[in-house]
Amino acid sequence: MTTTQPVHRQLGMTDEEYQSVVDILDREPRPAELAMYSVMWSEHCSYKSSRKHLGRFPTEAPWVVVGPGENAGVVDLGDGWLAAIRIESHNHPSFVEPYQGAATGVGGILRDVFTMGARPIALWDQIRFGPLENPKNRYLLNGVVAGIAGYGNAVGVPTVGGEVEFDPGYDGNPLVNVMCLGILRREQLVLGTAGEPGSVAVLLGKATGRDGIGGASVLASASFDDESGAKRPSVQVGDPFEEKKLIEACLELYEKGLVVGVQDLGAAGLSCATSEPAGRAGVGMEVDLDHVHTREPNMTAPELLMSESQERMMAFVAPHNVDEVLSVAEKWEIDSAVVGEVRSGGTLRITHEGNLVAEVPAATLADNAPLYDRPAERPAWLDEVQARTGPDISRHDPADLLRQLLDDPGIASAAWIYEQYDHMLFLNTVVGPGSDGSLLRIKGTDKALAVSTDGNGVLCYLDPRVGGARLVYEAALNVAVNGARPLALVDNLNFGNPEKPEVMWQFKESVEGISEACEQLGIPVVGGNVSFYNETDGVDINPTPVVGLLGLADPMPSPPPRLSGARPGMDLWLIGPPATGNLAGSATQRLLDGRPGGIPTPPDAAIALAVTDIAVDLAQHAAALHDLSDGGLAVAVAEMAMASECGVVVEVAPDELFCEDGHRFLAAAHPGSIDTSSDMARKIGRFEGKDIVLNGSALSLSEASKLYHQALPRRMAQAT
Amino acid sequence: MKVRVEVTRRPEIADPEGTTIKRALNDLDHTSVKEVRVDRVFSLDVDGDDPEAVRRDVADMCEQLLANPVLEDYAIEVIE
Amino acid sequence: MVVFPGTNCEHDVVSAIRGLGGEAELVWHRETNLDDFDGIILPGGFAHGDALRTGAIARFSPVMRVVVERADAGTPVLGICNGFQVLCEAGLLPGALIANRDLSFICKYVEVEVTDTSTVLTSAAERGQRLRIPLNSYEGNWVSPDGSGRVVATYVDDPNGSSRQAAAVANETGNVVGIMPHPERATDALLGSNDGEVLLQSFINALVPA
Repeated sequence: MTTTQPVHRQLGMTDEEYQSVVDILDREPRPAELAMYSVMWSEHCSYKSSRKHLGRFPTEAPWVVVGPGENAGVVDLGDGWLAAIRIESHNHPSFVEPYQGAATGVGGILRDVFTMGARPIALWDQIRFGPLENPKNRYLLNGVVAGIAGYGNAVGVPTVGGEVEFDPGYDGNPLVNVMCLGILRREQLVLGTAGEPGSVAVLLGKATGRDGIGGASVLASASFDDESGAKRPSVQVGDPFEEKKLIEACLELYEKGLVVGVQDLGAAGLSCATSEPAGRAGVGMEVDLDHVHTREPNMTAPELLMSESQERMMAFVAPHNVDEVLSVAEKWEIDSAVVGEVRSGGTLRITHEGNLVAEVPAATLADNAPLYDRPAERPAWLDEVQARTGPDISRHDPADLLRQLLDDPGIASAAWIYEQYDHMLFLNTVVGPGSDGSLLRIKGTDKALAVSTDGNGVLCYLDPRVGGARLVYEAALNVAVNGARPLALVDNLNFGNPEKPEVMWQFKESVEGISEACEQLGIPVVGGNVSFYNETDGVDINPTPVVGLLGLADPMPSPPPRLSGARPGMDLWLIGPPATGNLAGSATQRLLDGRPGGIPTPPDAAIALAVTDIAVDLAQHAAALHDLSDGGLAVAVAEMAMASECGVVVEVAPDELFCEDGHRFLAAAHPGSIDTSSDMARKIGRFEGKDIVLNGSALSLSEASKLYHQALPRRMAQAT
Repeated sequence: MKVRVEVTRRPEIADPEGTTIKRALNDLDHTSVKEVRVDRVFSLDVDGDDPEAVRRDVADMCEQLLANPVLEDYAIEVIE
Repeated sequence: MVVFPGTNCEHDVVSAIRGLGGEAELVWHRETNLDDFDGIILPGGFAHGDALRTGAIARFSPVMRVVVERADAGTPVLGICNGFQVLCEAGLLPGALIANRDLSFICKYVEVEVTDTSTVLTSAAERGQRLRIPLNSYEGNWVSPDGSGRVVATYVDDPNGSSRQAAAVANETGNVVGIMPHPERATDALLGSNDGEVLLQSFINALVPA
C-alpha cells in the first residue's frame, strides 16, 4: 500500500465507484462522505458482487414476517410466537486475531437478533480450519473456540451446537460462521426504521474508538497476501459484559414501548446506523458527531463514521420518550448520547466541531451501491476432477476403515469444542451438541424449535449445485429426526475471490442448488451473509456455502428420540433409497485417496420429501433416530451404538456402508414397532453385544469410543 | 538475572476490563480515578551474565509468546 | 434472587424454585431492603464480566451489605456458581475459586456426592447420595490455603482440581452454602436429570417465614 495512491483507492474503492459518488453528489465528495461511501459500498456491506445472484433465492411464504433486507429474518411460529434468525461470518478477523475475531463475530450476530426485539436464546458455530498437523491450525482452533466460549458464555447465551470441518483449503483462510436464534412475541417486533421526522437518534453502548477502522472496507473485502501485516487495522475487541447489559437494556426499552426503531452498529458503524434506518423510512437525518461518546481523543469525522467499535446500538425515539430511554440506559450502566434527529426530505447531514462534514442523500449509501455482474465460467479443471474415480474399497476391511474414520477430526466427537461452551443455560436444550441438529423447547408452549447447520466444502468443490442442494436436504432431515418440519433457511456463503470467473460460477451454482432444494421443500430463505475473498496467495478456498435451517415441532415429541436411545434387543432400520456406492466427496475418499474426485450423487427431491416425512412421523415414537452424514452408514451406526453404549450387528450390501448419498437415516426400535409397508424402510441389524459388527467385520465398542473421543483432544494436546 | 516484563495493551485497543474496574472504583467513591488499564507483569529468572544478551533473549520470548503483537506492547527491565 | 449486571441464571433458578412450590423474586443489586425475603440466592452468571477477579466487584454492591447481615443472623443463603464466587470474595465462605486446572471452561454433567447433610442445601438428601448435576464454569476450582471450610459435597471424579474435590462448601453454621455445579439445571428429566431437586428442596425447607 503506497501513500501516493488516491484516497479512494486506499479506502478500497475503484475509480468507477468513486465516479458514481461524484455523480450522486454532483461534486467531489468531502473526506467524511468518501469514508461513508467506501464502507457502505464495500463488498462486506453492499454485497455488490453477489446481490445479483442472491435474488434467485425463494424468499416468500405465508409464515415469513420479515424477509431478507432487515437485520434478521423473522418467521411466525403460531400462537403469537415469532423466531428471529441470522447467520454471519467473521473469517478474516479470525485469522488475524482468532480469539477476538471469533468473539466479536458472536457479538455482532447477537446484536442483529436483539435489534429485532427478540431475546437471543441460542448460538451455533460453524468453524473450518486446515489440518491439525499444522500447529498454526491448532493455534487458530484454540483461539476461535476460546473466543466463542469467552464471549458466548459471558454474555449469557448458550452455544448449543455447530460443526467443524478440516481441509487443506482452509489453511490461511479459516472460516468462522456464527448463527443466532431469538424468540419473541409478535407485539415485541421492532424494525430498523428511523421513524418520522422529529424522532431522536440515541446512541447506546460502548464508547467509540478507532476499532477496525477500515475493517469492513479494507479487511473483509480483500484477500490475504504477504503484505497483510501492513493492512491490519485496529483489531476489534469484544466486551460481552457490555453486550449483556445492552441486551437487557434494549429488551426493557422494547417492553416499555419506548423505541420506534432500532439498528445495531456492525460493519460500517455509524455510517450504516444513520443512513439505513433513514433510507428505510424515506426520511433524512441531522447528526452531530460531537455528541458521540468516544474513548479516544481527537477522532476525525471519517474515523467516527467508519469506526467498528463493538457493543453499540442506535435507537430511534419519539421526543417525549427520550428522557426515559436515557434513564433505562443509566440503570443498566451503559453510556448513551443523543446524537441526532430525523428530518423530512432524504438528506443525511452530519456536523463535527462546528463544520458540516457530510451532506448526502441518505438512501444512496445503501441503495446505490454498485451492482456487479461479474463473469462466471465453469472452471477448466473441473472436468478432470470429476473424471477421477475411486477409491475401490472392496479389499478394505470395513472395521478397519471405520476405525480410521472415527479418528478423523472432522467426524470424531467434538466434545473438546462444545464442552467449552455453556450449552445448558436457559433450560431449553432438549437435544444438545453431539447429535443431529439441536432441539430447543419454548417454555410455556408445546412447541420446540429444531435447528441444523450444514456445510461441506469438498462436496461443493466437486459440484456446487449438487452440493448446495444436498446441504439443504441434509439439514431438513436433521431437523426432521427431531420431529420438526422445516420452516425457513438462512445461508452463509463463503467463497474465494469473486473477480475470478470460476469462483463466480461456483457461487451462482451453489445459490441455484440451494434455491432449488428450498423450492422443493417449500421453505423460504429469510436471510444470509456473503463472505468473499477467502483466498491466500492466489489460492481460493473450496466453495463453502453453509446453511442454517430452522424447523418447528408442534407439538414436540414427548419423549423425543435420542441418539443414546438404542437398547439391546432393538432392531436397527435404514430408511431411504438404496445407496449407489458413489464415494465422490466422501470422507472415505479423502482418507484413502487424499484428494476429492468424481461427481457426487445428485439429490432426488421426491425421495427427499418422502423420507423427511417418514422421519417426522417416526420421531413421534422411535427410541433413536440418526441421519447419515460424513462417513456414511458405518459411522452413523457406530455413533448410535457408542452413544447408547450398546453393540450392534449389521448386514447390508457393501455399497451401503461408506457411501454418503443423502436422504438416508437410521432408526432403532423394538421389534415390530416400525411399519414395514414402506419400501424405503429396511431392517439391517440388531442391537446386541459389545461390538460394532459390519458385515461380519467387528470393532469393539470400547476401541471405537476411545478413537472417537480422543481424536480431537490428543491432536490438540500437541504444542502450538 | 531477574527480569521484569510489562505487557501493556496498545492504547488504541479497547480495554473492557479496565473500564469496568474504573466504574467500580468510582462507585466506591473513588471519583478521582479517570482511567484504568489492566496490564500484566511477568517476573522472570533467566540464566546469564550479560544483561544485553539476556534482554535480547527476553525480547525474543516476548515476540514469540508473552505478548500478542496484535494487541499488546512490551517493556523489559533487567534487574541486576 | 440477587441480580448483578452480568448475572444470567436468575430466570432458570426462579423457575426451578417455583417448580418446587417455592416463591422467588428478582432483586437488583442496588436494593438494600430484603425484609420480605426468608432466603437469599446468588445465581450463576458473570457479574461485572468477572473483571479484576470473579465476584470481586459484586461483593461491594449495596445489596451485599444486607446479605452479610442476614447471613450473620442465620438466614439461609445459597450461592450457585458465580454466586459461590461472590460469597467467597465477600468473606461469607472460606477460600476462593480459581481457574479450572485444565484452563478451559467445562460444560458437562458431573456426579456429586453429598458428604454433609446439616446444611440448608443438603438437609433433604442422604449422606453418600450421588447426584448427576451439570457443571458449567471456568473458575470452578475451590482452594482454601489455610485448610478451613466445611466441604458438604464432593466430585466423584475430579473435573477441575478443586481442593478436597469440593463441589459445595458451607460456613460453620450451615446456613450459607456455595455450590459450583448448577442444581437448577437438574430439575427436569427431559433435559437430562432431576437430581438437583433434592438440593433446592432442602433450601426451600430451610426457609423460616420472618
